[in-house]
Amino acid sequence: MKLHTFREVVVRKGIGNKWRVVRDRCFKYLLFILSFLGISPLVLIIGYIVVKGLSSMSLRFLFSLPVPVGEKGGGIANAIVGTGILVFVASFFSVPLGVLGGIYLNEYGGYSNRKRWLTYCTRLSVEMLQGIPSIVIGIVVWMWVVLGMGHFSALAGGIALGIMMLPTVVKSTEETLRLVPPSIREGALALGVPYYRVVLRVLIPASKSGILTGILLGIARIAGETAPLLFTAFGNPYFSTDITEPINSLPLLIFNYATSPYEEWHRIAWGASLVLIGFVFLLSLSARFFVSRGTIKKLSVNKSGNSKV
Amino acid sequence: MSGKWKHEMKMKNNGKTNNSTKLKGWIFRVGLITSGCVIVLLLGGMFLSLLGEAFPAIKHNGFNFVTSTVWNPRSESYGAFSFIVGTILTSFIALVLSVPFALAISILLCEYLPEYQNGKIIGVFLRNATDLLAGVPSVIYGFWGLFFISPIVRYFEELLDLPAYGVSILAASIVLAIMILPYSASIGREVIAMVPEELKEAAYALGTTKYETIRRVTLRHSASGIVAGVILALGRAIGETMAVTMLIGNSNILPVNIFRLIFSPGNTMASVIANEFAEATGKLYLSSLIEIGVVLFVLSFVLNVIGKQVIRRFAL
Repeated sequence: MKLHTFREVVVRKGIGNKWRVVRDRCFKYLLFILSFLGISPLVLIIGYIVVKGLSSMSLRFLFSLPVPVGEKGGGIANAIVGTGILVFVASFFSVPLGVLGGIYLNEYGGYSNRKRWLTYCTRLSVEMLQGIPSIVIGIVVWMWVVLGMGHFSALAGGIALGIMMLPTVVKSTEETLRLVPPSIREGALALGVPYYRVVLRVLIPASKSGILTGILLGIARIAGETAPLLFTAFGNPYFSTDITEPINSLPLLIFNYATSPYEEWHRIAWGASLVLIGFVFLLSLSARFFVSRGTIKKLSVNKSGNSKV
Repeated sequence: MSGKWKHEMKMKNNGKTNNSTKLKGWIFRVGLITSGCVIVLLLGGMFLSLLGEAFPAIKHNGFNFVTSTVWNPRSESYGAFSFIVGTILTSFIALVLSVPFALAISILLCEYLPEYQNGKIIGVFLRNATDLLAGVPSVIYGFWGLFFISPIVRYFEELLDLPAYGVSILAASIVLAIMILPYSASIGREVIAMVPEELKEAAYALGTTKYETIRRVTLRHSASGIVAGVILALGRAIGETMAVTMLIGNSNILPVNIFRLIFSPGNTMASVIANEFAEATGKLYLSSLIEIGVVLFVLSFVLNVIGKQVIRRFAL
């Protein structure tokens, strides 16, 4: 910031210049207009999907299987179950690894640690994993799992989604653990509790709701992912719960049906979109609910100025 | 807790259990370090195996890969130039379209409707709406764009007397702009919130209006952070697959005329992988597609590192 810019304002344009006030007002209104224009697509998208999706929504739609082109009716039961299985497999891989990784970064990530390069690499890897295009993750899992098994499978899709979910879990675990006041940790250590027990029995329970929030947000992120599933889970028009077989999921079904030329399939895709968007919003709402009533908020309010050990 | 206390006392009094405590602590530490290593190896392994699979194509294609526009699996010529152009063009237009809106939202939320004034309903609405916008799956953006954006684009194409495809680079860019808006807005908010309050107060004390303070203090101070945010948004835009695949029209041939280019169907690096990977036959074909994946990987890696470094330096 340079001083002469202010002198310029004050001297050249004059303190009493009424245009300055007018410009100030105009800027404010411009901001409001631009912001609401920027947000308007959300209203359009949600309105569009609710209107189009509700017309195809029914219990039969949710609980029946897809039918071939030309036949009326048909549902998305297999895709709903498939999404559930994929999310479960993804969580199975990424939650333990992610929570452990988050603890590791919080406990060993301090600056006075000899193993700093490893924590630095881990932190960098987590950040980079978050930025890698999802389609590239699809390619990698295709090479690792699909080529290894010889065919597309729900397992491969779950692993791809798990890799995508991992950074969210790691980061939220690390961040909530950091919010736990040092006095709690010190209190437990002063009682002679072994270190691993302090982490497992004191720190983790204290930040339970934050970790859960991270997992929910991670699931919300992957539930709508299509790109990594294109050549891992692949899609399946039949009902399947076998994780070694190809499986359908809601986003895959929407993609396949939306790009098809059939009116009836578009109708099903709108319904599936409504289900998917409802699921994702429900997840992020419940994540926010956990944050707002979790222990973390209370803890961080009580946070005293104790120095870290 | 009283049960645990007794347990703890027992462990103190009994030498043997103390030994097993040590072992458990050791196992715990090793487990933590292993998980860190696994995450690092995951990223490293991803890059190495991509590079390994792409190697035959890198050897075969050479520099033709980035200079040639001919992508023809039958004649075994794999030039990705038109995909690279498509990616750059869509991300660039999307950025230009979304940055003013994202900046407006972040300034408004930080300076005019800050979080502690939670009573202001507009601020609450805007904050939640941006979060929800970030949560909409990309395939739904694509589906909506197919039925909402592409007819609008088609209408303009008819007006301008161009071949009316509807699906085009412009349509993909518009949807991409909507998709990266919440992401860049959240980074913008983060960066603008970091501007020290004292600087702004000093400006107000000199008699500046709010607009002048924002323009000459807040924005100038957070300029590098905002640039970093744009870089991170770019990194996200180049890797976005599904919505772009559905809207870009998937044509490997690009017209030379710049004006027509925007209104014509094209292909991005991500969309060509999405379209052709599952059907690709032949080792070289697959390998070339993976080479595109390597380029995407490296690009997003570099953009991410630069963006995060700039933001980190800004935060200090």
